[in-house]
Amino acid sequence: MKIIGLIVAVLTGGLLVYAAEDFPAWSDPASPASTYLSPHFIEKTIEETSVPNIVTAVLADYRGFDTMFETTVIFSAGVAVFLLLRTSGPKTQQTRLYRHQLTGVTLRIKEGADLPPSDNFERIDRFWTPHDLIIKTVCRLLIPFIQLFGLYVIAHGHHSPGGGFQGGVILGASIILLAISHDLRTAVKRVAEKMDAVLCAIGVLIYAGTGALCLLLGLNFLDYKALAPVLHVDSIMARSHGILIVEIGVGIAVMFTMIWIYNNVSSGGKYNQGL
Amino acid sequence: MADIVSTVVANYNYWIYITLMMIGLYAIIAKNNLVKKIVGMNIFQTAIILFYVSIGVKKGATIPILEHAHGGHGYGVVHAAEYANPLPHVLMLTAIVVGVATLGVALALAIRVYNEYNTLEEDEILAQIREE
Repeated sequence: MKIIGLIVAVLTGGLLVYAAEDFPAWSDPASPASTYLSPHFIEKTIEETSVPNIVTAVLADYRGFDTMFETTVIFSAGVAVFLLLRTSGPKTQQTRLYRHQLTGVTLRIKEGADLPPSDNFERIDRFWTPHDLIIKTVCRLLIPFIQLFGLYVIAHGHHSPGGGFQGGVILGASIILLAISHDLRTAVKRVAEKMDAVLCAIGVLIYAGTGALCLLLGLNFLDYKALAPVLHVDSIMARSHGILIVEIGVGIAVMFTMIWIYNNVSSGGKYNQGL
Repeated sequence: MADIVSTVVANYNYWIYITLMMIGLYAIIAKNNLVKKIVGMNIFQTAIILFYVSIGVKKGATIPILEHAHGGHGYGVVHAAEYANPLPHVLMLTAIVVGVATLGVALALAIRVYNEYNTLEEDEILAQIREE
């Protein structure tokens, strides 16, 4: 198999090298990729959508259909991982042990009984892992700033590098960091599994719903000019606001899909222990 | 001779992407471990991302975000030659995130295979399938 692989790789590589001779030179402004549509996007975006970041405008407006289905692909991947891996797992044992983190007192909770209302209890069972104080504290300090940065990246995507995909990944990573630095149970307590499933569907729905709203208001699907009377702005600003709305939808979908996939893959679908 | 060398050096982005892509292709075909195949698939994908982004580069151009255009005025006349091509960036931006999601699906499949056969080595899995 190794020899076949080597032969295939060398042959394909040779073909690609042969083809590369016909490719445009490095950083050639007259290359085919940079002519045709691309100058139109660069020169007309600000007039047509009032968005300085051309990438954002092309992503959510000119190529809105493509991005909507990319978001659907991400959602489908989340659902696929869930369907492949999630097992219901054994029901909670009849007697559970909880330790109060501040005093070290361990409580035995009988079946049907409830914990005293406090956030300082942690479940002790065979999946319990000892915590590292430094990692826990540093991550607890970092996570709010990571989330704030994620929100900034989504909200400021019109004017600086950013947008729904990047911000959503940063927000998702902050929750995944919580799961790595504490344990999966802590992260699931903050972002429940149902919330993952519902919100990544809602993200896609916001995107598709904006498109459908434009359709209902009399223009084409995802033609944000139709939103102008609803948002009380002119048609150019309506496109700018429409881009922001769908970027928020993308951000929500990406964030919760990342968390959902991480939870399922890292615990093999059992939701009992993370990495 | 100097001519050939200068063309080879000038198009180095293509050589890097071809090398990376072939490393990925070789890993997908030749590696025995399923996780290593998935890693190979990701290297292949990275090569394509590099190829697209390198195509968008223009000499003397800056990132495709208009300068002095906040609030939608005061930007003057926009020349296409001053900004890099935004299209490859758009395509790869979504491809990166979709790549992470598909990586999740691939790993989930690998976990299912491991639960079924207790191994991730391809030859051992095939031997177990033939025995049945």
